[in-house]
Amino acid sequence: MLDIAIKRRQGSFDLDIAFQAPSQGVTALFGPSGSGKSSVINAIAGLSRPDAGHILLDGAVLFDSARRVDVPVEKRRVGYVFQDSRLFPHMSVLDNLLYGLRRVPQGERRIELEPVAKLLGIDPLLKRRPHTLSGGERQRVAVGRALLAQPRILLMDEPLASLDAARKAEILPYIERLRDELNIPIVFVSHSADEVVRLATTLVLVADGRVRATGTVAELSVRLDLDGAIGGPEAGAVLDTTVVSHDPDSRLTALRFNGGELTVPLLSLGIGQPLRVRIQARDVILALEPPSRISVHNMLEGRIIELGEATGPSRDVKIDLGGSFLLARVTQHSVERLGLAVGTPVFALVKSVAFDRVFPGPAGKHIAL
Amino acid sequence: MLTPLEIEAVSLSLWVASWSTLTVLPLAIVAALILARAEFWGKSLFDGIIHLPLVLPPVVIGYLLLITLGTRGVIGSWLLETFGIRLIFTSAGASVAAGVMSFPLMVRAIRLAIEAIDGGLEAAARTLGAGPIDRFLTITLPLTLPGILSGAVMAFAASLGEFGATITFVSNIPGETRTLPLAIYTATQTPDGDLEAARLVALSFTLSLSALILSEWLGRRVRRMMGRP
Repeated sequence: MLDIAIKRRQGSFDLDIAFQAPSQGVTALFGPSGSGKSSVINAIAGLSRPDAGHILLDGAVLFDSARRVDVPVEKRRVGYVFQDSRLFPHMSVLDNLLYGLRRVPQGERRIELEPVAKLLGIDPLLKRRPHTLSGGERQRVAVGRALLAQPRILLMDEPLASLDAARKAEILPYIERLRDELNIPIVFVSHSADEVVRLATTLVLVADGRVRATGTVAELSVRLDLDGAIGGPEAGAVLDTTVVSHDPDSRLTALRFNGGELTVPLLSLGIGQPLRVRIQARDVILALEPPSRISVHNMLEGRIIELGEATGPSRDVKIDLGGSFLLARVTQHSVERLGLAVGTPVFALVKSVAFDRVFPGPAGKHIAL
Repeated sequence: MLTPLEIEAVSLSLWVASWSTLTVLPLAIVAALILARAEFWGKSLFDGIIHLPLVLPPVVIGYLLLITLGTRGVIGSWLLETFGIRLIFTSAGASVAAGVMSFPLMVRAIRLAIEAIDGGLEAAARTLGAGPIDRFLTITLPLTLPGILSGAVMAFAASLGEFGATITFVSNIPGETRTLPLAIYTATQTPDGDLEAARLVALSFTLSLSALILSEWLGRRVRRMMGRP
């Protein structure tokens, strides 16, 4: 587990961050540019020194101002994937990959070249020079280089930010595989809601050098007090589901989540596969009675537990489905007309075609969709 | 084709320039590293002193060498007594004069190369477990190589042409300190030496131009080796 609580003054910027990240999965530091996310992972790596606080990794002290401990960067064993990849231009891809590995004693090498090269799809690139690689390839090599240094934690500073949409789509599945197939905690810095929703297991919301909220993506995605920090106009509940059945005749797939079931267009996934879905608030319709003779497949029964502040003509409504939550964006007019209030039992209607964001769940293997 | 006298002058020049370049190179790398990376009180003074040979009249440098490295100078007498090394009036002394004069050129080229290195690469090497010396040898030094090479060739070419400090410090002794420029000077001072002077000038011209072309070619090769097209 990573346990961090640090303070640092950089000019007029004041960083005061504390959170814990589990030993497994991706912890995403999410927030706008300039909120201090990168400063946090630079402190974990040791590239910048906090004024006060502590950084513990699996119980080992990396930094502790009270005990005057500050382990030098090169002894910390943190894998760092920089936004600009920073491959060594005078070395081949292979030598880049082996740079960290060669500096680890033989007996401590668990992660080997071959599986990493395979996992990241970089074995055809080994003899090339960094300047001949595409942006996406470069980033994959950088990830491999960091992994082969046998890190105790993998830090990624917006590794996708400098890539175009196509390159991003190319590299995302590889990061998902890292998350699912390696036993290394990953701290991922991002300002993209899509990336975070897709990759994160734990979310740390950062703003103005402070932690605003910590939790799972599902938890934070339905928090109304974060005024759209995740997703903004595309805000919506994230549900971690599993595939329960397929109906090839009606071409539908059923997904179960904690609190209900969803029907989506037929997916080519095995039964039992975890699947993360995002249901945008604006795709959810609320009804006080179950409507009959309606084309919508998904009708989820629940109870309103929170009403958000009115933003313009619309308001977000949080619905408890009995274990999971859903957000619905309705007009202020509808709230008044239907008398929606905390405690009102409602039926949430979700068009199955609204499942436009379906991602492999954190515990699952990569699936091409 | 070449007279024995010309061969002597050319080979002496090459010898002096090679030695001065090779001995000065490690010092220049250290000085360039200090100027590019270190922050300390008096850095501009240090920078100024290193660059002095570029702006001072060469004869002044020659004079300073004479009073410090001469047999009665502080360093010169110590060298003579301890190691039996005499610099004054010797080709070794000519190398020293050429080295001092070309030092700032070399430092400048290497310093620029060091400053051009993306510091992020060294930070990346740190996260991959490389300590300071390791980083210097595997990242900084190889990436500075193009600058070191071009600096060395520049210094070599400049050493081939060093005149003022050399003649002041080690005089103009045939076969010992009479390098190409000094031979040209001697020829111009000799009656009927015009043809000889012209031949030596042509030689000097060829030599310097070859050095520059070689430097350009080497630079390109090394840059390609370093992965920069």
